[in-house]
Amino acid sequence: MKQYDVRQCRVMQFDQLTADIYSAWVDAGELARLAKPGQFAQIYVPGKTLRRPISICDAEGDALRFVFQIRGEGTAILANTRAGDSWDVLAPLGHGFSLGDTGRKVCFVGGGIGVPPLVAAAKVFGANATVVTGFRNRDAVILQDDFAKNGNRVVLATDDGSAGFHGLVTECLPEDCEAIFACGPTPMLRALTAEAEKRGVECQVSLEQRMACGIGACLGCAVKLKTEDGGWRHGHVCKDGPVFDARIVAFD
Amino acid sequence: MADLKVTIAGVELANPLIAASGTFGFGHEYAEFYPLSTLGGISCKGITLKERPGNPPPRIAETPSGMLNAVGLQNPGVDHFIEHDLPWLRQQGTAVIANIAGNTPEDYCAMAEKLSDTDVDMIEMNISCPNVKQGGVQFGTSCAGVGSITAAVRKYCKKPLMVKLSPNVADIGEIAAAAEASGADAISLINTLTGMRIDIRTRRPIIRNNTGGLSGPAVFPVAVRMVWQASQRVKIPVVGLGGIATWQDAAEMLLAGASALQIGTVLFTDPYAPVKILDGLNRFLDEQGLASVTELTGGVRPW
Repeated sequence: MKQYDVRQCRVMQFDQLTADIYSAWVDAGELARLAKPGQFAQIYVPGKTLRRPISICDAEGDALRFVFQIRGEGTAILANTRAGDSWDVLAPLGHGFSLGDTGRKVCFVGGGIGVPPLVAAAKVFGANATVVTGFRNRDAVILQDDFAKNGNRVVLATDDGSAGFHGLVTECLPEDCEAIFACGPTPMLRALTAEAEKRGVECQVSLEQRMACGIGACLGCAVKLKTEDGGWRHGHVCKDGPVFDARIVAFD
Repeated sequence: MADLKVTIAGVELANPLIAASGTFGFGHEYAEFYPLSTLGGISCKGITLKERPGNPPPRIAETPSGMLNAVGLQNPGVDHFIEHDLPWLRQQGTAVIANIAGNTPEDYCAMAEKLSDTDVDMIEMNISCPNVKQGGVQFGTSCAGVGSITAAVRKYCKKPLMVKLSPNVADIGEIAAAAEASGADAISLINTLTGMRIDIRTRRPIIRNNTGGLSGPAVFPVAVRMVWQASQRVKIPVVGLGGIATWQDAAEMLLAGASALQIGTVLFTDPYAPVKILDGLNRFLDEQGLASVTELTGGVRPW
């Protein structure tokens, strides 16, 4: 059984969620059943040399959901997708979240386009998961109904207070969580790592980096990791991650 | 079905397609897609005498029809390669080419000596890496440099020795001739062309190393020209690489004078590219009524 493969996937549903964020449900066949929460895919973009790494937002049967933001030329091309089109998908890739005991009370924390990879993982925890997500303003808010539908407790924050709590996600963490799973901007991940250490709870963070092969061969997507002897080494987001134990990530 | 076998410096390859160094690791990741025996050979990730952590990220930037990289030779070192990677690779039914890079001539010689006692099929000497501060391309950009490092390594290398040339030179023919005269059994070209991208808002280079090596279809015409020029100056086999992405590119590079090919960046676009290129090449040979792929080598009819 292959761990990952390339497949032509029919786009079954394609929606615009905000001014620059889009959602695609694709028929990925057996690749969807292999996918674990927190893994990602490399999507081919016609005319581009490099595939675009996009996190897997959700999986249902043979279907995979991708929620992505226009970040450059490649994602702008993908944003022109229509239902019925075909995507060339390499998936599922990398190490996702290690969920552990799903009877624990846990907290998922997402910032902006870091929110989509949390959906499938939080779903497994149902009512035991509090999902704290932060956005620039109310026009940038995504996926709140999806978390709620999955039974998660939902906490919303915006930078300008135009929806939910006026402030940072780190100010909204519940007291009673035994683990934190996070994806978002580096300052947010750094703050959460410090908070988890203070509380003495586990913290897993999903990282991103400019990537080429996506499978661990080219060593392009380096990330600085701490080693047990007090030194450091370069790991790789595509193969060793994208999800890492926050304690070993050198945020510098 | 035409015969796809080629022989490079005494090493028989089942077909002319070799995975290019730095794009294929030590093969494990691509073995998920197809048996590695699909390929004529694998040029392994460049190895150095001691482990190297490589450059800080970002290491990758996309460019029109290509990409820049500055990985900086991150690798586990030659001893680790021999102990942990080579035994598995050896069982995959494809030729194994060890790609070596050094800071000093002594590094290259020491690695050539160690690898000569293993069962690698060939050694590819990388004197053209643009992304490391010491060594690398400094040996590869003058005839004297290429000549002296090739002659030095030749003394310690009991395996067929292929020298990988840099395109960042004025006269590739002279460089190729210097490699041959100093004992190279084959040459491979081109390595990446040095390039740069800048984020216009942050005014920072996209790559942390500031500059990186340009590869992909963008460099293909440069590679074809250089393979053509180099192949006219040497009698040893020329392995052509640089932006090959389709079977038509493969045929073109062979016509320019290549006896075998390496493919790299296209693997990132489509991991199945080798299968598609071989399939297309096979059909083209049949269409042309050719019995062997070797009949394409150097077949260009210059004006």
